[in-house]
Amino acid sequence: MKVQFKLNGRTISEEVEPNETLLDFLREKINLTSVKKGCDEGDCGACTILLNGKPVRSCLLLAVQMREGDEVNSVEGLAKPGETSEIQDAFVEKYGFQCGFCTPGMILTTKALLDEKPQPTVEEIKDQFEGNLCRCTGYQQIIDSVQRAAELRAGKS
Amino acid sequence: MEAGVRPLPKMDYAAPSSLKEVFNLLKDYQDRARLLAGGTDLIPKMKKRTAVADLIIDLNRLPGLTGIELRGDRLHIGGLTRLSAIKESPLVKEKAPALAQAIGVMASPPIRNRATLAGNLSTASPAADTAPPLLVLQAAVKMASALGERIIPLSEFFLGPQNTMRRPDEILTEVIFPVQEGSSAFLKMGRRKAFTLSVVSAAAFARVWQGKFEEVRVALGAVAPTPIRGRKVEEALQGKEVNEQNISQAAELIKGEVMPIGDVRASAEYRREMSAVLTRRVLAQVGGRE
Repeated sequence: MKVQFKLNGRTISEEVEPNETLLDFLREKINLTSVKKGCDEGDCGACTILLNGKPVRSCLLLAVQMREGDEVNSVEGLAKPGETSEIQDAFVEKYGFQCGFCTPGMILTTKALLDEKPQPTVEEIKDQFEGNLCRCTGYQQIIDSVQRAAELRAGKS
Repeated sequence: MEAGVRPLPKMDYAAPSSLKEVFNLLKDYQDRARLLAGGTDLIPKMKKRTAVADLIIDLNRLPGLTGIELRGDRLHIGGLTRLSAIKESPLVKEKAPALAQAIGVMASPPIRNRATLAGNLSTASPAADTAPPLLVLQAAVKMASALGERIIPLSEFFLGPQNTMRRPDEILTEVIFPVQEGSSAFLKMGRRKAFTLSVVSAAAFARVWQGKFEEVRVALGAVAPTPIRGRKVEEALQGKEVNEQNISQAAELIKGEVMPIGDVRASAEYRREMSAVLTRRVLAQVGGRE
C-alpha cells in the first residue's frame, strides 16, 4: 500500500506492507537510525517520534496509518546536516546521555515539552519523561539538560 | 525485547471513512477482524500473538468520533478521543475531575497521545483506570452497528477480563454521563509512582448536604474480574454524617465485595486490605475531610 506524508519537512511517498510498523519503516526503509528499537512494545520510549508535534511510540503505529497532512519528525530533522539544535547542545553540555540509546527519544520528548511549556518545572519535566527509560539511569543529568535547553531557547548563553 | 515480542504477522488493513463501511467489514470478517483505535494495546498483543487478526480495521479516519461536548446536562465523549485530550479538557477537569486524575496516572504521555477512551473500555482490563471514575459518574456507552444504536450502562458493560457486552458487529462510539453537582476523585496504588498498572484503584463521587452524604458512590479497579461498584459501602454511607468514623467503618465493607487475584504485582490479601485503605481515602477526599 502507498503512503505519503511529511517526514522531517520533506514529503515522502513509499510502498509499505500493512504489518510494517512506523518504527521499522523509518529505520529499515528510510535509514533514520536515530529512531531506536528497544522493547518494541511501547514501554521504553527509545522509538519516540513526533507525530504532528506530539511524542508518540513509532513501534505502536503502522506505517500504513500515516496519511497526507501528517508530519513526522525525528532527531535528524531538528537541525541542518552538520549542525545541532539548542536541545542537542544542552544534552552535550550537561552530559544528558551515557550510552546514548535512549537519547533520541529523550531529545524529541524535550522538544515536545518545551514547544508547549517553554519554562517547565522539575515536576513537569518528570511527568513528561515518565515513559522514557534510561538504563544508564542518568535521569538527573537529563533533567539538567532539559532545563539548560529551556535556557538556551530563551536566548540565555 | 521481552520474550515473545515478534514482528507483526501478515494481515490486511482497511481504513474506512464511514461507519457503514466498518459494519460491512465486520459482517464479512466477524471475529477475524480487529478494530484499531490507539493501537497501544492491540499492537503489542499482536506482536506477542495473544491477539490475532486477518484484517485490521483502522478507525482513525472515521469522522465524528472524537470530541468532548456538553449537551444539556450530559457530557458526551467521542469513543476515539485520545486520553491526552480528555485529560487536558477544561470541561472534564471541571465536571469530572476523577476522570482527568485517572488519565493523569495512566501509562505515559506518548501512550496517552494515542490511546482512546473506547479502546481502554473495550479492552476490558480489570485494571482499566478510566472505568472506576466513569462508574461513579454513572456513565453509559453508546454502541453502533448496522442494526442501529444501543445504550449500555457501564455498570453492565463489563462481563469479565477482556470480555464485554460488545457484539462482534458493534463499535463503541460514545461515552455519555450526566453532569452532577458534587465532587469526584480518583486514587491509584501501583508498584511505583509512575508508568505502571494499578494494584488497586478507586474512584468516588459524593454530594454532601448539611454535613451528610446526600449521594455517594464508589468504584474500584484491579480487585475483581471487572471494575466494580462498592454498593455495600454506598448503602452504609447514604444519609450518614460525613466523618472519619463513618467513612472508615463503611470502607471496611469493601473487603466483602472485592474478589482479588494474586499476581506478579500483589497478593490477593494485600489487594483486599488496600481496597479498604483506598476506599477510605477517596471517600474522605470527596466528603471534604481531607
